[in-house]
Amino acid sequence: MRSSAFFILSMLVLAAAPFIADNYVVRLCTFLCMYAALALSWNFIGGYAGYPSFATAGFFGLGAYAGALTQNLGFWLPLPWLFATVVVALFAAGLGFAILRMKGHYFAIGSISIVEILRLLASSWAQLTGGGDGLNVRILPGGPDYAGRVFLYSMMAVMIAAFITMLCVDRSRLGFGLRCIKQNEDAADMIGIDVTSYKTAAFTLSAMYCGTIGAIYASWVAYIDPSDAFSILLTLKVPVMTLLGGPGTVYGPILGAWVFVLLEEMIWAKFLEYNRAILGAVIVLLIFALPGGLLRMQWRRKWPSSVFGLPGLNRLKESR
Amino acid sequence: MQTTLQIAANGLMLGALYACIAVGFSLVWGVLNVINMLHGSFIVLGGYMAFFAWRDLGVHPLVSLAVIAGLLFLLGWGLQYGIINRVVMQPVLTTLTLTFGLDMIVYNFMTLAFTATPRRIVLDLGNIEFLGVVMPVDRIVAMVLALALTGLLFAVLRSSKLGRAIVAVRMDRDAAALMGIRVDRIYAITFGIGALMAGACGSLLAVVYPVTSSMTGLFLGKAFVVCVIGGLGSVPGALIGGLSLGFIESAAGHWLGPQDAMTIGFVLMILLLMTKPTGLLGKQGYE
Amino acid sequence: MNAQPILEVKGLSRAFGGVKAVNDVSFALHRGEIVGLIGPNGAGKTTLVNLITGVVPPSSGSVLFDGQDVTYQRPWQAARRGLARTFQIVQPFPEMTVLENVAAGALFAGRAANRADAEAQALEHLAFVGLAQDAHRPAAALPLPGRKRLELAKSLAMRPKVLLLDEVNAGLNSGEVDQALDLMRRIAAQGITILIIEHLMKVVLTLSQRVLVLHQGRLISSGDPASVVQDPQVVEAYLGSKFAERQRRMTANG
Repeated sequence: MRSSAFFILSMLVLAAAPFIADNYVVRLCTFLCMYAALALSWNFIGGYAGYPSFATAGFFGLGAYAGALTQNLGFWLPLPWLFATVVVALFAAGLGFAILRMKGHYFAIGSISIVEILRLLASSWAQLTGGGDGLNVRILPGGPDYAGRVFLYSMMAVMIAAFITMLCVDRSRLGFGLRCIKQNEDAADMIGIDVTSYKTAAFTLSAMYCGTIGAIYASWVAYIDPSDAFSILLTLKVPVMTLLGGPGTVYGPILGAWVFVLLEEMIWAKFLEYNRAILGAVIVLLIFALPGGLLRMQWRRKWPSSVFGLPGLNRLKESR
Repeated sequence: MQTTLQIAANGLMLGALYACIAVGFSLVWGVLNVINMLHGSFIVLGGYMAFFAWRDLGVHPLVSLAVIAGLLFLLGWGLQYGIINRVVMQPVLTTLTLTFGLDMIVYNFMTLAFTATPRRIVLDLGNIEFLGVVMPVDRIVAMVLALALTGLLFAVLRSSKLGRAIVAVRMDRDAAALMGIRVDRIYAITFGIGALMAGACGSLLAVVYPVTSSMTGLFLGKAFVVCVIGGLGSVPGALIGGLSLGFIESAAGHWLGPQDAMTIGFVLMILLLMTKPTGLLGKQGYE
Repeated sequence: MNAQPILEVKGLSRAFGGVKAVNDVSFALHRGEIVGLIGPNGAGKTTLVNLITGVVPPSSGSVLFDGQDVTYQRPWQAARRGLARTFQIVQPFPEMTVLENVAAGALFAGRAANRADAEAQALEHLAFVGLAQDAHRPAAALPLPGRKRLELAKSLAMRPKVLLLDEVNAGLNSGEVDQALDLMRRIAAQGITILIIEHLMKVVLTLSQRVLVLHQGRLISSGDPASVVQDPQVVEAYLGSKFAERQRRMTANG
């Protein structure tokens, strides 16, 4: 109850931002919505199904290019975004059948190489994408204030859509089945869960909104290039946000994304040279101090000791 | 004919370096079941250290190589013993994210200390021409050393007591523990050896190519591909994987251009993974 | 009794590399039967179960379930058709509660309409196997006998027509085995066809109406329990050829 009240309140604050704050804050709020939507998306495959996907930037970038190219053909604005959503969803559904057969490390690598391959394609297919020089996207007419609002509310709409989808999945057979798959995929198969379809559904859901977000981002910044659209940093940041908030929970991804973005904005801008090191230290601390994420906060009292006692090994084996 | 020979020679040279790049990574993955995202940074760090030892202190890279390898072993050993060991049994996402976080820290300080300027050790040893194939001598030296180092690692794993212990842990960790092997120590040493190979390989690379910190991802990517082609945790596997990738890229680079040669490596890996979801020589149940 | 067998296996074979783990095995289960499948370690019992439930596709042969060819089904399809199995090494969802584990079976393969219905059914099955008091504990917290029963409750929640029990008694002490035997009798009384896979003779002989013996991938004997244990081939498979020879001589002389 408390968290839903907090959620609604924060939505109202975000919605009011253009009327009470300057463009810098509106821009920050847009980023808050954008990363929350991405983290929520990742939660479908990473949090529920337990598959360590690093394909986020692939979907984001594909959406960005699909949206930007259709927008440059002269289509009226929400259309390119919808088009990008459909393209990315279809792409993920087709890809899912192939790469979801991989497990663990192999899946992680498979998903990260999707990003690499798409980026290399975008760089080398210069006639279509402008290659490494990037692609200019038509600027939304109406001035910066108006555009700022349009993009904030659009990102917010996608975030809310992703959130509602997540609520539905959480309560449905799909969500229950995905949690079973996360715990023991073979056993899930044995009790009648069509694991291939379930995983593909989770993968597609995790991709779809990333595509929309990518397309909106392209319209927003009005210029994309392969290394920005298919950024390795993005593909790793988003799972970290979800881990920070609490994977497999409904509010965790939003909380994690917001804490992360605000930290980034407040601290790292002041220590530009140590940007990466601080982010790295946050990740390391997160893994040791907050293994279940902010939502399942149980601060560990001491640094965990080594885990090699034989009883520990046996316990791990039996629980498999 | 001559073109084919040249492609083969380039492929061999590239392949030997790829095998050396991947062998430490593959060992860590195979034995610890950890994807070491730090591997690329270890390689670049080795290259930078060799360059500055050569330029500022006048130390020949062949001399500094041993010292650099030792330093990186210590770095790797310490990271594993102090940090990674503590979560090494957790799911893939945790260990992978952790090594990524550590990599960001190492990368940051490395770039601050050495800047991101591409650095290359220019030894200028001339060229050798054989059957119409031209090959710079420094490349040949690097190739031979890369193969020698890989062979040395193989010999250590094959016949030393420590090597047998590492192989035992790779095959069955629990059984090895019951035999009195201290698994945590073996993990730390194995990770150290992975870093050692990366550092040594980095200093060899700096003799052949300009090395810069923005190449960490590239090296990591190569290591991935080689592991998937050749299989995990075995030296011959890394060698086969490295040489295959070397020849493929050399041929693709000649016919399609260097940009597409890289794409081909990744596409090949994905195709392999799709047909063999647990890797080519995949160990059953090995996540 | 319906004359058509509920499960029929025809000429099933599977080779791993050069080894024929299961070699040309044929048998049928009739509705309501309790059949034992025995064989020494490594005889191919678990592989046979894996072939029947679609975990591993067969190299040749076919599987008929309720008259329908299901040879190349996926495990989840087998589960939904009413072909449930337990594992030799128990496979719970460790971080879920005992209740959720069983509810998952009821929801995805059983007849539960929704989550609430599934949990209500799950409670009944837990009471049946005697785990009701543990319903809200995490599955990983159960001791081994409890986990074996959880495995049973989960399979029962799937409302199976045929239940394949793969070594449900392995690792239990004799008191626990007796409890498990009682449980199996009560399951059979519900009209579920059971195939018990065991290498403990005691369990099979007391419970089964019919016994199949697997040795080195082949079905070497079948029939009622009393005659199967007399079969020299079976004795030889279990105890070695020398012992069988001696016993044969002793029977001939005595």
